[in-house]
Amino acid sequence: MNAGTKFAIGAVLIVGSVGYLMASGVRETGQYFLTPSELSQKIAVDPSFYNVGMKVGARVVQGTVTKDLATRTLRFQVTDGRARYPVEFRGLPPDTFTDSVEVVVEGRLRQDGVIYATNVLAKCGSRYEAVPKA
Amino acid sequence: MTVLGSLMLWLAFLVGLWGTLAGFVGGLQGRPGLAESARQAVFVLCGALVVAVVSLEWALFHHDFNVEYVAAYTSRNLPTFYTWSALYAGQKGSLLFWATVLSGFGSLALLLTPRRQRPLLPYVAAVVSLVATFFISVMLFGHASPFERLAYTPADGTGLNPQLQNPGMVFHPPMLYLGYISITIPFAFAIAALVSKRLDVEWLVAIRKWTLLSWLFLSIGICLGMWWAYVELGWGGYWAWDPVENASLLPWLAMTAFLHSVMIQEKRGMLKKWNLGLIIGSWLLSIFGTFITRSGVISSVHSFTQSSVGYFFLFFLLAAGTASFALYANRLPLLGAEAQLESMVSREASFLFNNLLFVGIAFSVLWGTLFPILSELVQGTKVTVGPPFFNLVNIPLGLALLALTGIGPLIAWRRASLPNLQRQFAVPATVGAFTLLILLVTGMRDVYALIAIALGGFVSATIVLEFARGMRARHRQYGEGYVLAFARLIARNRRRYGGYIVHAGMVMLFVAFAGMAFKTETEATLRPGESVSLRSPYGSTYTFTHLGISQYDALNRQVTAATVEVQRDGHKIGLLSPEKRQHVDSFGRPTFQPSTEPSIMSMLREDLYSVLGGVVNGTEQAVFRFTINPLVWWVWYGGVIVALGGVIVMWPGGGSPAVKRTQAGYAVKLVAEAQ
Repeated sequence: MNAGTKFAIGAVLIVGSVGYLMASGVRETGQYFLTPSELSQKIAVDPSFYNVGMKVGARVVQGTVTKDLATRTLRFQVTDGRARYPVEFRGLPPDTFTDSVEVVVEGRLRQDGVIYATNVLAKCGSRYEAVPKA
Repeated sequence: MTVLGSLMLWLAFLVGLWGTLAGFVGGLQGRPGLAESARQAVFVLCGALVVAVVSLEWALFHHDFNVEYVAAYTSRNLPTFYTWSALYAGQKGSLLFWATVLSGFGSLALLLTPRRQRPLLPYVAAVVSLVATFFISVMLFGHASPFERLAYTPADGTGLNPQLQNPGMVFHPPMLYLGYISITIPFAFAIAALVSKRLDVEWLVAIRKWTLLSWLFLSIGICLGMWWAYVELGWGGYWAWDPVENASLLPWLAMTAFLHSVMIQEKRGMLKKWNLGLIIGSWLLSIFGTFITRSGVISSVHSFTQSSVGYFFLFFLLAAGTASFALYANRLPLLGAEAQLESMVSREASFLFNNLLFVGIAFSVLWGTLFPILSELVQGTKVTVGPPFFNLVNIPLGLALLALTGIGPLIAWRRASLPNLQRQFAVPATVGAFTLLILLVTGMRDVYALIAIALGGFVSATIVLEFARGMRARHRQYGEGYVLAFARLIARNRRRYGGYIVHAGMVMLFVAFAGMAFKTETEATLRPGESVSLRSPYGSTYTFTHLGISQYDALNRQVTAATVEVQRDGHKIGLLSPEKRQHVDSFGRPTFQPSTEPSIMSMLREDLYSVLGGVVNGTEQAVFRFTINPLVWWVWYGGVIVALGGVIVMWPGGGSPAVKRTQAGYAVKLVAEAQ
């Protein structure tokens, strides 16, 4: 067997393992990224979507944020204009979190209809640009 | 002054178009007049853009809030330091900065390129002009001119986002930009070589230095970015696999692969196609990074506001990608290898595997970054992958690379013999095995961390051994003392030993990354006098005691600070004071959201990282997060050593063997041509 062939085998091994790692990575760690209305549609069709880790991208409903600093519990509702879900998060929210920002909530929807978040990202579209003056 | 600025943009736009046209036509038709005109065009372009930058800075410093950009990014009470850096804090200014720096690099490349590469220059000038013209046209036609005026004049500007008011942020973006931008120069040389069919070793030497420079800027930029994220954002880490971070890593990976494989082309005349592909790829990835940052197609904490500017970049990316790969495909027959791979156990083979790994990592990072878009296109549902995906894929690949870092530089070219292998690797392999043993005995059980640190021991031993051998040889041959021998060894052979220093820095980084496997944290709500304890991975116990809250006004902010006493195993070692800041404008009105300012105690073995989550209304009861981050210190110093090694490799003069050999080869060719 010449060196070229041996190298080709090595290359196939590397490319194969990169491919395998990527495929299994997506399978094991991929999460649905849904809007609240997509989530409600999925849940209506397939109840197995309860208790599945996912991300929900939506807007915080103004006036629904309650912060209990002492117990570090944050409750708010998210919506995309059609469906609406309450969210509960334990931990410190990011600086950019306020009511009416866009958020990405990472967590699980339980049977009680509440999304229990493990992470909340405030997707302030204008993170580095000042809020435009009205 | 803004009129002057706008005027200069238009001038630059027209000159850029001319430079593109004159360069390509002049080069293709062999008309020296036109070629020279293209060269001049780049200088004029640079001059015009510098004037535009000066006029923007003038508006910034004179608080001309009628200019929209000035009002959006500065305020009267913004420290001067940050007023200066507001030039690239926003989308529009950064486009101007980009075009200006590119024309500056282009001018340098045209001035510094040695005479014998002259035939390439018209095309280089044309490519630089074309890319700069693209950026200028985005400003002019994408509603992104930094010189636009408002219909009214606000009394004060909005000020700079507090998270950007950090020294790291003054240097991090320009460093990254310098890295991104300077890739255009090797890319321009690559296109020039392809168009003119002058695909010999000469252009490769021109390209290598520029790629190194670009790699160096990008490395420093990425490290500064990690540092900024760590000290400013307050989530307790330095790398989150955010799309924008990934975007900066992608060209870095491609360039690192190139800097390795280019050695094989120099030594053995192999891999020409691969190398050109890597250069074109690196450049496209850098434009891709710009697109990601500016378009908002992929949600990221770093993005600028969503804007139409994204479409310009998408179009440019597709057009440039298609054009350069079409040209590349057309020239493939000219890029045949001059030698064949002789053995799997050789330096060539180890470099080839190294390249495959780099490209594999880059591909998986690109894939993961684009996955939300791809999955939506294919399945109709968006699926995202996050840090777990990137860690799962890249830790094993990264560790394989680390192993090659030790093997590659020591294994013989062409074909390594068994005695060669024994001589080179007996000691390092023993050191690696011993490291593993010690870690196991001390109780470390994390598989990846074990492998990473054991490989770190192995690679460090190969590096130390190489230095020791070189120094001993000099000591014997020239009778130099060991310190002098060490210095001369590096000075006389900068590429090789500079490279080893970069590798040493990378080992430190890998060990530091492994340390993050042992991160521990806790959140607590404490009244003054109360405390919380956290056990470090080394077995000591840290106690954090909340002493109280203080509030005061600083220059442009109202600060709420907590004072926390830290004890290690009962002994006081210092104070932490995490803050919440509310930034205000010069009238005392709040601007932006309150921002978190972590307080960090950095030590050799671990960092204590504290964040103030907030204060319960009207009391001194406060919410904290305390994190123990092992070995973070090593990330910053590893980064410094990588950069230092890079500078040594780049240092001009002295003449690395490759340059000399190329020059010798060129002399032979000249003689042959003369006869």
